[in-house]
Amino acid sequence: MKIVKIIAIILLVAFVGIQFIPTTRNQSDTVPSTDFMLVNNVPETIQKKLQVSCYDCHSNNTQYPWYNKIQPVAWFLEDHIKEGKAELNFNEWDSLSSRRKASKLRSIIKQIENGEMPLDSYTLIHSEATFTEAEAEELINFITQLKDSL
Amino acid sequence: MSKLKSTLGIVAIAFITLTVMSCKDNSKEQNSTDGDHSQMNHDNSDGHHDGEKKEMAMSGDSNAQAVLNDYFNLKNALVGDDNGKAKELGATLATSLGNFDASQYTDAQQSELKDIVEDAVEHAEHISESDIAHQREHFKVLSKDVIDMVAITGAEMKLYEQFCPMYDGGTAWLSTKEEVRNPYYGSQMLKCGKVQREIN
Repeated sequence: MKIVKIIAIILLVAFVGIQFIPTTRNQSDTVPSTDFMLVNNVPETIQKKLQVSCYDCHSNNTQYPWYNKIQPVAWFLEDHIKEGKAELNFNEWDSLSSRRKASKLRSIIKQIENGEMPLDSYTLIHSEATFTEAEAEELINFITQLKDSL
Repeated sequence: MSKLKSTLGIVAIAFITLTVMSCKDNSKEQNSTDGDHSQMNHDNSDGHHDGEKKEMAMSGDSNAQAVLNDYFNLKNALVGDDNGKAKELGATLATSLGNFDASQYTDAQQSELKDIVEDAVEHAEHISESDIAHQREHFKVLSKDVIDMVAITGAEMKLYEQFCPMYDGGTAWLSTKEEVRNPYYGSQMLKCGKVQREIN
């Protein structure tokens, strides 16, 4: 019994302790002029959908829910955002060459088609981020058009 | 009492798992930043050492040839439906692309080659960590990159640009042999396609 108590106390202390380890927050007030929405003529419904479903991990600004400020959840999230931005950062869209844009657009289409994005771990909490069939079709049509116009 | 014990046990296991997971993620992050650093160093050395530049120019073609050889090895793995081998060879190709030195070319060609290589590296890296369907998707764009590269660098041997009208609305690739061996379908449709252009 004693040992259980000791373990419980150690865990509690550790849990409280890790809350003080700082994490980098992905937050920014400004939207750079290279942003996907600013350089492309994106229909409003698609703008909203991209913002809700993609921008949390694929831009410089994440809308953090409260529980994401608690460790170790915050670490898990930080890693995801870092990876997401390395693959595709909508804020820096126009700094890509035409070749790279075409590559990224192709990947977006494939990932939406195959239901690989948004990630399940994301839509589990953000149910509004899920694409309905009609929304997916609308987005894919738009992205295809954009790709063909490059 | 035993209920309390098992609850605490579960909490402990959950906590340890999460801690281990976050440690793993951290080390992965470190690796990727290390990768960035070496790339950055590479870029710097490209620009600044003129002495090196001349030396490299002598072996410039073999640079492109190394990329081509790794590309063909990867293509053959996809022809053979070998997911594991294609993963390895994707990583090899990403490395040889990273070592590609464009300093012997004109400024305009250099910037185009840099763009091609950057794009191709990303596809090669994805190939190194995907299932075979994904590998083939990335190989399509990678092939376009390599074809564009060859248009600038040329190649030491005779090449055949082949074309399969069925895969994803029509897709090209390069081969050293005239006979068609389709990397997008493998054994499923090995001979689907035609030679659409001969290079050299």
